[in-house]
Amino acid sequence: MHEQKIPLIRLAKRDSMEPWKVWCIRGSSFLAAILLGALIFLLMGNNPIAAYGTILSGSLGKKTAIRQTVKLAIPLLGTALAIAPCFKMRFWNIGAEGQITAGAMAASYFALFWYDKLPAPLLLLVMGVAGAAAGGLWALIPAFFKARWNTNETLFTLMMNYIIIGIVKWLQGGPWEGRPGSQMIPMFDSAAVLPKIFGVHCGWIIVLVMTVLMYIYMRHTKHGYEIAVIGESENTARYAGMNVGRIIMRTMFLSGGICGVVGFIVASGANGTLYDGVAAGVGFTAITVAWLAQLNPFAMIGISGLLAVLEKGADTLQTRMAVPASISDIITGIFLFCMLGCEFFINYRMIFRGKHKEVA
Amino acid sequence: MESFHAIELRHITKRFGKVVANDSIDLTLDRGEILSLLGENGSGKTTLMNMLAGIYFPDEGEILVGGKPVSIRSPKDAFDHGIGMIHQHFKLVNVFTAAENIALGLSGGGKLDRKAIAVKVQEISDRYGFGIDPNKKVYDMSVSEKQTVEIVKVLYRGADILILDEPTAVLTPQETDRLFGILRAMKADGKAIVIITHKLHEVMALSDKVAVLRKGKYIGTVKTSETNPQALTDMMVGRSVTLNIDRPMPVDPTPRLEIQGLTCLDAEGVKKLDNVSFTAMGGEILGIAGIAGSGQRELLESIAGLYPVASGSIHYTPVGADKAVELVGKPPMEIKKAGVAMAFVPEDRLGMGLVGGMGMTGNMMLRSWRKGKGVFVNRKDPNALALEVKERLEVVTPSVDFPVRRLSGGNVQKVLVGREIASSPTVLMSAYAVRGLDINTSYTIYNLMTEQKMKGVAVIYVGEDLDVLLELCDRILVLCGGQVSGIVDARTVTKEEVGLLMTRVGGGKEDVPHA
Repeated sequence: MHEQKIPLIRLAKRDSMEPWKVWCIRGSSFLAAILLGALIFLLMGNNPIAAYGTILSGSLGKKTAIRQTVKLAIPLLGTALAIAPCFKMRFWNIGAEGQITAGAMAASYFALFWYDKLPAPLLLLVMGVAGAAAGGLWALIPAFFKARWNTNETLFTLMMNYIIIGIVKWLQGGPWEGRPGSQMIPMFDSAAVLPKIFGVHCGWIIVLVMTVLMYIYMRHTKHGYEIAVIGESENTARYAGMNVGRIIMRTMFLSGGICGVVGFIVASGANGTLYDGVAAGVGFTAITVAWLAQLNPFAMIGISGLLAVLEKGADTLQTRMAVPASISDIITGIFLFCMLGCEFFINYRMIFRGKHKEVA
Repeated sequence: MESFHAIELRHITKRFGKVVANDSIDLTLDRGEILSLLGENGSGKTTLMNMLAGIYFPDEGEILVGGKPVSIRSPKDAFDHGIGMIHQHFKLVNVFTAAENIALGLSGGGKLDRKAIAVKVQEISDRYGFGIDPNKKVYDMSVSEKQTVEIVKVLYRGADILILDEPTAVLTPQETDRLFGILRAMKADGKAIVIITHKLHEVMALSDKVAVLRKGKYIGTVKTSETNPQALTDMMVGRSVTLNIDRPMPVDPTPRLEIQGLTCLDAEGVKKLDNVSFTAMGGEILGIAGIAGSGQRELLESIAGLYPVASGSIHYTPVGADKAVELVGKPPMEIKKAGVAMAFVPEDRLGMGLVGGMGMTGNMMLRSWRKGKGVFVNRKDPNALALEVKERLEVVTPSVDFPVRRLSGGNVQKVLVGREIASSPTVLMSAYAVRGLDINTSYTIYNLMTEQKMKGVAVIYVGEDLDVLLELCDRILVLCGGQVSGIVDARTVTKEEVGLLMTRVGGGKEDVPHA
């Protein structure tokens, strides 16, 4: 053999892998993330064990901490559920941010101007429906252009975000402004605030129910089947007699609608008011959640929970151990990098020079 | 032993995951020799050749070029050893001339000496009788000319070992003869040539030696002069196979589909079908011949309601009815329900008609997903159908839920054709149903078509292999540039006559030269 000329590392696509091996790789990548994070803490001059302890106790140690964490996880999970059908269809909806904002805005209208005209339960219902409709319609615009003229949905949905956020900014400083000059919309009346169950606003029940429904929708309904076929091949869908444009619009309406409900939950449950940062980047983080969960709704519960723990924990860390604010982003980044990176080792194997054994 | 072999492979093994694509293969190739590499689909022919071309790297074994062990890590390494491969799909830049395409990607400083290249290209072209114009743009070229450019490109880079992967799949009989002439000239010039093909008569006509692979294993090499198609098939399949297509006379053919003056335009307004008229009969196989891209796809799609019709009519007479219905303007779903089925196998096999990521069950659902009330899909019936198709057509798959993308080409096509037949159509259209399939599977498909014909189905069969069209069909419609250039009786027409019709609209009898 001519060892010197054989490449050092070669990559080969894997055929398939036993599930336990896949989980071993995922587990070790998680471990790698913890170790890398520990290294960062060491460099910052902190005790890594104490730091991780603070993250855990800060996010899960006390009842109030758990409530805070759940509150962070709710919009993440809801939005990940919303974009799952779009991504399954290979329609890159990165406008969840805007759809959330649109939903929050519509719900806020009723919260601000109808709170004394309707009984509380009905008011909340109207707010939810209005949020869903507004989010759905906001998402329908790029979908319509895609279906009609095949415009690029990635750019289109992204730019729609800035428009709606701009509109809310204008409302904030203009027609809906509370105390003149405050640049703020007043807090909602208590009738327009989601009731609490186990100390957290009942949005968590709504998203858990949606998780189950989304799973059934994607797996067992005709709509779910259509979405899966279009995602694989539009030509095949056309061949099977599917109206691709209509399905794209319908799916985007649904996706935007769920985002709108998330917007309603955040405005009514978590914030009690509306402001331009209502989506708070959730629309983008949810993309990561959806991909990491491989579009499986139940896996999204775990992933969004994990991200919420990291975020809340790092927050506590910042106040208690006086580490810079950016540490939270760094730690989250390391975890995402390792978890996404491990998919590479699941899909490919590496062959080292001289050896003919596969290395997992 | 004489001098060194041009190429010698020793115990070459290549695995993809658990699949052993090549299992310890030995092979030799000499200069001044044409070797046919024969094998069923998935037998590892292309994998083996890709290792010579530097696309894959063997897991075990060694490659000797001119007696010296070499390691080929990239297509560039392959060229450095004088090995060039002509792939099935051309890799040319449309807006460049032949000479520019040939010079593309060559090293040699930033300056491009177009004149020198053109001179050298002309020189190669004259030596082997290619007859190409170095300054012609690729978009002006026919398929055969493009292929010639690919060959010249390889020769220009100094290759003296040529590998051609199914080069005749896209050529007319006349063009194939020309290609063979060129290959023989190159052989006389001392080049070593490997040709991968499925067509046995080509193997017999062209090659000196035939190497046979079966399921990744090397079966043996025989001299062409000492073998025959039947013996080669037996080697390939591993058991005796009958190579005859049974062609019973049509029983009581009745008009099923009457097409009058069908004209279709593409998005740019170019005529893809030009005043096409014919009648497809129930109980008969109507073959459609033509060079790739002559309007076959548009014809089938317009009948199925998937391609817009500019003018003309498609009258369909359902079984038992005496009044015809107009199909033009009807949505695809309705046409399908009326009993018109289409199994179109595109170049990539999966692009249309199948969903690669789904299993057989999911793909069977493509026909039935809308059935039943309510919002939920019915998975039970498609599952039963998948099991039935799997059984009847001997589809090799670990389970009916295994993604069809990961099945071999032949099995993918069985799923597609099996599904369309299972819907018990009255008109069955199939395009390239045996594209790239091995002999054994192809004959299974031919028999299925004949079976349908005997059931009274109007079968429309778009094919690439003229020999098969002549053996299988009752009548053959020849398309040329979107026009019907002739409808002939498959039992009496000759291959050469069909070949001429393929290239010339209205090519009358007087133009047909000696057979």
